[in-house]
Amino acid sequence: MAAKSAAKPKSSEAQAAVAEFTKDQDLAAYREMLYIRRFEEKAGQMYGMGLIGGFCHLYIGQEAVVVGMQMCLTPGDQVITGYRDHGHMLACGMDGKGVMAELTGRRGGFSRGKGGSMHMFSVEKQFFGGHGIVGAQVSLGTGLGFANRYKKNGNVSVAYFGDGAANQGQVYESFNMAALWKLPVVYVVENNRYAMGTAVTRSSAQTDFSKRGLSFNIPGEQVDGMDVRAVQAAGQRAVEHARSGEGPFILEMMTYRYRGHSMSDPAKYRSKDEVQKMRNEHDPIEQVRSRILAAGFATEDDLKKIDASVRDLVQEAADFAQTDPEPDVAELWTDIVK
Amino acid sequence: MARITMIEAIRDAIDLMMARDDKVVVFGEDVGYFGGVFRCTDGLQRKYGRTRCFDTPISETGIVGVAIGMGAYGLRPVCEIQFADYVYPAYDQIVSEAARLRYRSAGEFTSPLTIRMPCGGGIFGGQTHSQSPEACFTHVSGLKTVIPSNPYDAKGLLISAIEDDDPVIFLEPKRLYNGPFSGHHDQPVVPWSRHPLSEVPDEYYAIELGKAAIRREGAAVTVIAYGTMVHVAEAAAAETGIDAEIIDLRTLIPLDTDTIEQSVRKTGRCVILHEATRTSGFGAELSAQVQERCFHHLEAPILRVTGWDTPYPHAQEWDYFPGPARVGRALKAVMEA
Repeated sequence: MAAKSAAKPKSSEAQAAVAEFTKDQDLAAYREMLYIRRFEEKAGQMYGMGLIGGFCHLYIGQEAVVVGMQMCLTPGDQVITGYRDHGHMLACGMDGKGVMAELTGRRGGFSRGKGGSMHMFSVEKQFFGGHGIVGAQVSLGTGLGFANRYKKNGNVSVAYFGDGAANQGQVYESFNMAALWKLPVVYVVENNRYAMGTAVTRSSAQTDFSKRGLSFNIPGEQVDGMDVRAVQAAGQRAVEHARSGEGPFILEMMTYRYRGHSMSDPAKYRSKDEVQKMRNEHDPIEQVRSRILAAGFATEDDLKKIDASVRDLVQEAADFAQTDPEPDVAELWTDIVK
Repeated sequence: MARITMIEAIRDAIDLMMARDDKVVVFGEDVGYFGGVFRCTDGLQRKYGRTRCFDTPISETGIVGVAIGMGAYGLRPVCEIQFADYVYPAYDQIVSEAARLRYRSAGEFTSPLTIRMPCGGGIFGGQTHSQSPEACFTHVSGLKTVIPSNPYDAKGLLISAIEDDDPVIFLEPKRLYNGPFSGHHDQPVVPWSRHPLSEVPDEYYAIELGKAAIRREGAAVTVIAYGTMVHVAEAAAAETGIDAEIIDLRTLIPLDTDTIEQSVRKTGRCVILHEATRTSGFGAELSAQVQERCFHHLEAPILRVTGWDTPYPHAQEWDYFPGPARVGRALKAVMEA
């Protein structure tokens, strides 16, 4: 039943009370989510103008997931994800200029133009990519967890993947190893209901992805991924579980992408009404915005100032991505082997 | 006869084979309801139902493994790997199971499957959506590897692939789906409707696997190419004015060594083209075959023009792609040698 509301978690654990955010938390979440959204809107525009070529998967609609999760992490924790990665990088604190310049294939891009939209990295921010092969990052994220345990550094790795990737065999090989060796990994399934054009119900026998670790005794939880507070609360529990040496944890984020799978998606597999309903009733940014105003954390004017500063930041990234020079042809031959 | 695109020709071949043989089943990621990301299977689920054309989970190992099982018990699976870059998880099943089933059962069981996959660059796909992995398959005994360069061949070769009782890797150069591509990326896209080989009969016809086609007859140098590079070779010959004989291999395994041998014996020169990386690419095999068969007829060293030994870059796609300028330089070099 593809039409069922994805935002409503089913499992009882997810019904655990969602604590209100403090003023600072709400304002920070608002700003971060808005930044990702405006960035992605700009990327979409620039793609339309022919400034970005090839593949470009926008994160619009799913912002609460990375922003909420990031609030649970401490410096040293690692993040790894698939190809819909712009939001994750921005949430990790990677400079928007470097992300946008990678989209346009410029020298100042995080991979100096070698990677493009799907393949970016940052040692400084402990962001391990950006992976174009569906599901491949799940095994890598498990390896990051192994390294954490081996080094006894107390860090946790967060491996994001989608409902489509959840059907790759290596995900289960990874679950088994992570559980067997009690690795500090949090697996975050971003269930946006569609693996490209295939609805979850048409590709998955068990559509409750939080239960996908049961045969390995990995606990899981379904979370309202449109509510940043719910994400943060569940993320906190999962990260603590992993950090305390209890092994991996699976969080299924019930989320939704507003845009197509990529920039060339005719979107025939869902109705416009379905998208509009999610935007109207569950938008993660609108939820925080109304809360902020209702609680008196800020006025409309204050929020406008945040909006303006976010727009400036995005514009700065867009300008840089268009003026930064293209890589020298010699770059083609660098970074292959030493 | 209708003038159609490569996408339509591929769809036509599958449609026709599904109509002729109810053992043909078609599946892959987004293949059924959505009709394939490149639309190659559009409409087939509506026409033949969900038991014959269906979506799979994103599980390449599973897709190919299940296809082998289906094939061993009498079905004729046609599965799609959404991009050739995604095939590696299935490589174990392809190499260890599909390719070897006939041999290790002494002919009792076969793998009559066709594995279709879009390959090659030209759409800014970066390193995970642009590769040409044909040499990974030609290196494995028990597989046949096909790569068409135009709609007419795509239909006839795909029909032969589906009818074949052995596993066939069917590579579709994605840059050719909607039109021939000379490698001049800065020029407007030419539609297939302007190309004579887009004239495709509605009815059944098969092109035998293992037969190359000569796209241009010439006396000065033999150019061996396949897929997108056939069109690049044509552009380079036209632009340099060199009287090249251009061979479109169409199938890499089985390889039409007779056509190659006859041509090189005639011209005495040979340039080999492919988009895949150079080292241990299929061009190395071709080069070895040519020198084994034509050594005493060669007037110049055999040259290869290929992708560089680098991952497929994002920003520098056109520095990587072996376009008509690079091919033209090789043609001149081999003539001057």
